[in-house]
Amino acid sequence: MNDDAGSHEDEVLERIEAWRRRRPKLKDEFINSAHGAGGKASAALIDAVFLEAFRNKTLESMADGAVLELPSGERVAFSTDGFVVKPRHFPGGSIGDLAVNGTVNDLAMMGAVPQWMSAGFVIEDGFPIAELRDIVADMAAAALKAGVQIVTGDTKVVNKGACDGVYITTAGVGVVPAHVHLDAKSVRPGDKVIVSGKIGDHGVAVLIARGDLALEADIPTDSAPLGELVEHLLAAAPNTRFLRDPTRGGVATVLNELAREAEVAVVMQESALPIRNIVNGACEILGIDPLYVANEGKLVAVVPPDEADAALAAMQAHPFGVDAAVIGEVRDDPPGIVILNTGFGGNRIVDMLVGDPLPRIC
Amino acid sequence: MCLGIPGQVVEIIDPADHRATVDVDGVRREVNVGLVMGDAGGLQVGDWVLIHVGFAMTKIDEEEAASTLDFIKQLGSVYDDEIRDFSTEAPL
Amino acid sequence: MKFVDEYRDPAAARDILSHITGLAEGHHYKFMEVCGGHTHTIYKHGIENVLPETVELVHGPGCPVCVIPMGRVDDAIAVAETPGVIFTSFGDMMRVPGGNGNLLEAKARGADVRMVYSPLDALRIAIANPDKQVVFFAVGFETTAPSTAVTVLKAMQKGVTNFSLFCNHVTIVPPLKAILESPDLRLDGFLGPGHVSTVIGNRPYRFVPQKYGLPLVTAGFEPLDILQAILMLLRQIDKGRCEVENQYTRAVPELGNPRALEILNQVFELRPHFEWRGLGFISQSALKLREEFAPWDAELRFSVPGVRVADPKACQCGEVLKGVIKPWECKVFGTACTPETPIGTCMVSSEGACAAYYNYGRFTKHQTVPVELSRSVKTPEPV
Repeated sequence: MNDDAGSHEDEVLERIEAWRRRRPKLKDEFINSAHGAGGKASAALIDAVFLEAFRNKTLESMADGAVLELPSGERVAFSTDGFVVKPRHFPGGSIGDLAVNGTVNDLAMMGAVPQWMSAGFVIEDGFPIAELRDIVADMAAAALKAGVQIVTGDTKVVNKGACDGVYITTAGVGVVPAHVHLDAKSVRPGDKVIVSGKIGDHGVAVLIARGDLALEADIPTDSAPLGELVEHLLAAAPNTRFLRDPTRGGVATVLNELAREAEVAVVMQESALPIRNIVNGACEILGIDPLYVANEGKLVAVVPPDEADAALAAMQAHPFGVDAAVIGEVRDDPPGIVILNTGFGGNRIVDMLVGDPLPRIC
Repeated sequence: MCLGIPGQVVEIIDPADHRATVDVDGVRREVNVGLVMGDAGGLQVGDWVLIHVGFAMTKIDEEEAASTLDFIKQLGSVYDDEIRDFSTEAPL
Repeated sequence: MKFVDEYRDPAAARDILSHITGLAEGHHYKFMEVCGGHTHTIYKHGIENVLPETVELVHGPGCPVCVIPMGRVDDAIAVAETPGVIFTSFGDMMRVPGGNGNLLEAKARGADVRMVYSPLDALRIAIANPDKQVVFFAVGFETTAPSTAVTVLKAMQKGVTNFSLFCNHVTIVPPLKAILESPDLRLDGFLGPGHVSTVIGNRPYRFVPQKYGLPLVTAGFEPLDILQAILMLLRQIDKGRCEVENQYTRAVPELGNPRALEILNQVFELRPHFEWRGLGFISQSALKLREEFAPWDAELRFSVPGVRVADPKACQCGEVLKGVIKPWECKVFGTACTPETPIGTCMVSSEGACAAYYNYGRFTKHQTVPVELSRSVKTPEPV
C-alpha cells in the first residue's frame, strides 16, 4: 500500500468519524431490543426522546447518575435503574440482588457512599407471593451487605399479561465526599485503565440460565456491592480520574464512552484481560465477545500512572477486587477510538456495540 | 457458517441416538455425534471433536495437531540456524 | 483452550512471518480467503497488519449469511408473521435486513421468532409445541447443511409433522468459480475454507490449480493456521508448484466426511439456480429438499411472496467481493452503509469484508505499541 492510498484511507476514516460524531439520529418508529442494549441505538433513543424533552445540564452529562450540589455545598449523588432480567433467578443470585447492587454501584461510580434507596414494584396479577418474598429477602440481604437502607417504595399491580412477573425500579442517594472529583474529562494520556476482576460472568450466567442454548456450566453471577471497594480505591489513589461499572454492553461500552467523553484513545492489551477459562469457553462456543458481556460486580477505573500500583494493591486486598488488573492505558491518538492489542500480536478496534450481542454461528 | 470449536467428549449418553456430552473448558453441551461415530475406532470418551451448530463434524487428530505445531516451531529454529550461519560467515 | 491457544502463540507467529517476508520479497501477492470465518479471524486477531506489505489478503464471498438476498429475508419474515408459527433462526441471521426490516424487528412487532444454536433445538421446540408450526431458517454452506439434513431425518423418524425448513443452504464451489471467471480479478492463490472441507474434503478444489493455475491451501481458523497457509502458498509459488494442499490436517481428512456427504445427498438436491446477493444468479449453487422430504419444506407449506428485491444502486458490493476495491473505497462505506444500516451484503453480517473492516479494522494500519502494565502486588489465584 503506497502512501497515497494510506492517506486516502485516513481521509475516509476521518470523514466517517465526523459522520459518527453527529448527534445520533433516531429513525425508528417503534422500540426494539437494540434500544435497550446500551450501545448506539440506546444512545440515539435517549438523545432524541429523553434529553430532547428534559433538557438540563445535569442530565446532559449522561453519567450513570446525577451529582447535585446542595445549598450547603455538600454534593449528593442520585441514581435510578430498572430491573427486568429473565430468568429472575440464576446461579448466584436473583433480580433482587441486581436491583440493590445495580443502584448501589451507580452511586459508588460517582464516588458517593450509597446510603438510602427506594424500591418500586410493578407486579403481574397472579404472581406468587412466595416468590415475591424470596426476591424481597434477596434485596434485604443485599442491602445489608451494601450498608444501605431501603426507606421508601411503591407497589402497583397490573393485569395478567401486562408485565412479565415483576419489574423492579430502584433509586438511590448518597453523599459524595468533598475531596472526591471524578470526571471523564480529567482523563489524560498516560493514565492507566484498571478492571477490578474477571469479566463476562454475569451476562454468560444469565444467558445459560435462560436454557435456550442448552449449555451447562458452573458460572454464577458476579453481582456485588462495590461501595467499600471504591472507598478503599479512592483512599489509596486519591487522584483517580474516572469510574464506571461495565454492566449492559460490557467493558467495551464503558471504554468507548470514556474515549468519546474525554476525546482520547484507549489501548487495551488482550493478554491482560482477566477472564475465567470457563467463561471464555462459553463465549467461544457462542461466538460472543466477552468485552461486550454484562458484569454486575465489577468496575473500570482510570488512574494516573503514578497511582496505578497503589490502586491495584488496594483493590486486590478487597474480596471484590482480588483479580484486579491493569488492562490498558490512555493515549492521545486516534481520539474517540478503543484499540485492542491482540494476544497474537496484531491489533483491532473495539467499536461501540450495535444492538444486543447475539451469539454468532459463523 | 464456519464457527467450529474443539471440545472433548466426556460422556456418550445414547450411542443409538448419537447423543454425547462434550466439554469446552468446563462448559458442557449435548452434541449429536452421528457424523463421526462411524470413523475408524468409533468415538470414545476422551476423544476431541470439532463442534458446529450442535454437531460433531470431525474428530480432531491429535497427532496431526502436534505435527502442525512442530512444523511451526521448527520454522523458528531453521531461522535461528540461518542467523547463526550468517553471523559466522566471513565478511566479503 | 486446547487446540486453540497453541495456535495463537505470538512468538511462533513472528517466526512464520519472517519466512513469509523473505519469500514475498520483490513481488506483490494477493491471496483470497473464501470463507467468512477466515475474514472474521483475520480481523479479530489483526493478522493483516502483521503481514508484510507485499502480502495482501482479499476477502471473498464465503459468508452464507451475507449472500441471502433481501427478497428471501422478506419471505422468511412473511412465514414468521404467519399466525401459529414459531420461527427459529441462528443469531447472525436475525439482524439481516430484507426490503422491510429484519427478523428482530418482526419479533418486536409480535412474531414468535426464536434464536437457536442448533437445528436440533428447533426440532425440540416443535416436539414441545405440537399445536404450533415450527420453521427453521436453514442457512450455511456444506459445513452446516449435514446438520440440517440429520435434523430432517430425525423429524421423519420421530413422525414430527409440525416442523419444516426454509432452506437457503448454498455450496462453496460455484461462487469460487464465479470469482475465478471474473475478468477484473488478479489473484495469486486461495486460502481454502477449513470447515466446509471437513465435510467435502480437499478434492473438490482441484479445478482451481488445474483449470485456473492458482494454488489453494485449505486453512484452519487460528492465526497460526492462516499464517502457515500463507507460507505454504508462497512456498508453492517459489518452487513453481501449483496444487491443492491441506494446512488444517488436524480437522480436515483428505476425503472429507463420507457419512455427512451421504446424508447430504440423501436429503438434498441442487436447485437449478439461486440468487446470491452481490454476485447475481449462480446455477447449481444451492440446495433444496428432495421430493420425499417435501412435507418438511416450508416453501411448500407456506406461501411466500417470492419477490426479488434489488440492492440499492449505490451498492458496490460486487467490486468488494471480488477484491477490486477495498471496503473503505466504496462510496457509501461508513456513512450511508454501516453495520446498523447496511446497504449491501458485505456489511450485513460480521463476517462480510466491509463489516469486519468497520467493526475491527479501522485505524489499525499501524501497529500500536504494547501497553506497559504495572507490576501487581499479589499474583491472582488461578481459577
